[in-house]
Amino acid sequence: MSDLKHLRGKAACVGAATAGCGEAPGRNSTELMAEAVYRALADADIPLNQVDGLFAATAVHSMAAMSLAEHLGIQPKYSNGSNIGGSSFLAHALDAAMALEAGLIDVAVIAYGSNQRTAGGFKSVSEPMPFEAQYEPRNPITAYALATSRYMHEFGATRENLAEVAVAARQWAQLNPEAFMRDPLTIEEVVKARPISDPLGKLDCCLVTDGAAAVVMTRPDRAKDGSHKPVYLLGAAMAHHHRMISEMPDLTMTAARDSGPRAFAMAGYGPRDMDTVQIYDAFTINTILFLEDLGFCKKGEGKDFVGGGRIAPGGALPVNTNGGGLSCVHPGMYGLFVMIEAIRQARGTCGERQIDGANLCLAHGNGGVLSSQVTTIWGTEETL
Amino acid sequence: MSNYFDGPGPESVFNAHLAEGRFMIQRSASTGKHVMWPRVFMPGTGEADLEWVPASGEGTVYATTVTRRRPEHGGDYNVALIDLAEGPRMMSRVVGIDPAAVTIGMKVKAKIDDLNGAPAVLFEPA
Repeated sequence: MSDLKHLRGKAACVGAATAGCGEAPGRNSTELMAEAVYRALADADIPLNQVDGLFAATAVHSMAAMSLAEHLGIQPKYSNGSNIGGSSFLAHALDAAMALEAGLIDVAVIAYGSNQRTAGGFKSVSEPMPFEAQYEPRNPITAYALATSRYMHEFGATRENLAEVAVAARQWAQLNPEAFMRDPLTIEEVVKARPISDPLGKLDCCLVTDGAAAVVMTRPDRAKDGSHKPVYLLGAAMAHHHRMISEMPDLTMTAARDSGPRAFAMAGYGPRDMDTVQIYDAFTINTILFLEDLGFCKKGEGKDFVGGGRIAPGGALPVNTNGGGLSCVHPGMYGLFVMIEAIRQARGTCGERQIDGANLCLAHGNGGVLSSQVTTIWGTEETL
Repeated sequence: MSNYFDGPGPESVFNAHLAEGRFMIQRSASTGKHVMWPRVFMPGTGEADLEWVPASGEGTVYATTVTRRRPEHGGDYNVALIDLAEGPRMMSRVVGIDPAAVTIGMKVKAKIDDLNGAPAVLFEPA
């Protein structure tokens, strides 16, 4: 019989770092990953030779965990390079927690890296979608544009509603020195931006940057040895309902409706308990769909929920406080950066954008074309 | 009697029909439910009794986008999700109309035409 509570608080993040965010000319994706791992281990004060669990995925490696282990010069007891798109790293956190709790490993490292911006754009080893490829969808944008068209049709959402998401993200980015885009942004500028795949314009779409990230996880028994306060994985769950956008049962409802409630059940908390919400905003529609599907508002209400500054700095619900994939960083697969912002908020190290008393932080990853959904809930020691 | 799994796979059979000008989809003999895209058995429930039947070609636009492309590369084109009258949904393009004039709920009819050198199921306004 399944026991959703068993893993609650059994692993903690003790190190987190990013590297090469924005532009990192001349450095390849594996090198950027390795740099992020170096920085995350330094942050955790754990030597490289103690890493015995390695988790990695990228868009350009078919066997990322092995390629990275070789670059690092380590021989893991357990590794996982499975790729479910941009949410892979949140799934890796769940897997790392299982491997740690089972006693298979003592120190887990999760990593990602990409040099897509300076190497000439997003490339992927992903297989073509059967019975879609010949129509030349420019994925992922086409898929998200189709979902946006359906959402606007069903719920009367406007481009201005969507633009609120981009403007709020930019306002957060202005508080984050690491963010790539920090110029002021208006609703009108988003709506009038060059159309890419209607109804999505350029500023409804995530950035194309370089960047790498890494996270170090251990069991709670050694988590307090480091220099930062540990951030515990209280809840984690995954779900996917489709691979191709044409197979998504309802384009306005994502599998976050499954992953969210299971993650909350494991954590023993609900949406209203979350102090910050970090969600994978590859496109403006994402933030709206996931806030609905994770239970922060009802289906169809997200279009209004994101307005009026509610999710912006000073608003009632801090969402994507780093500036998100829309304004901070988006190196192809963004999930690990979502997780790191949740961890940094719970640590209390976010500087000007820090949310006071951010003890419970949700990080939600999305992969493919609204396909794989992984919800994680992170908390400080007081929330255990 | 031949084994159900013998012979060319469903993708190959679908493409062979298409090459001869036929838009065929699968139907489960026991449940009567239709399948598109072609599978080895009934997705989700597993009935190994799919047979090929002609698609009516009737559909309704479920979602639509205009993919913006420079004129020198061929110009803008439509990509849409079409709900077939038989039930399944598929990706396609609505052609014979300004790509931006395609609307959700629009009734469309399938036709087989060349797309980048291969036969494809496309749709035009019904």
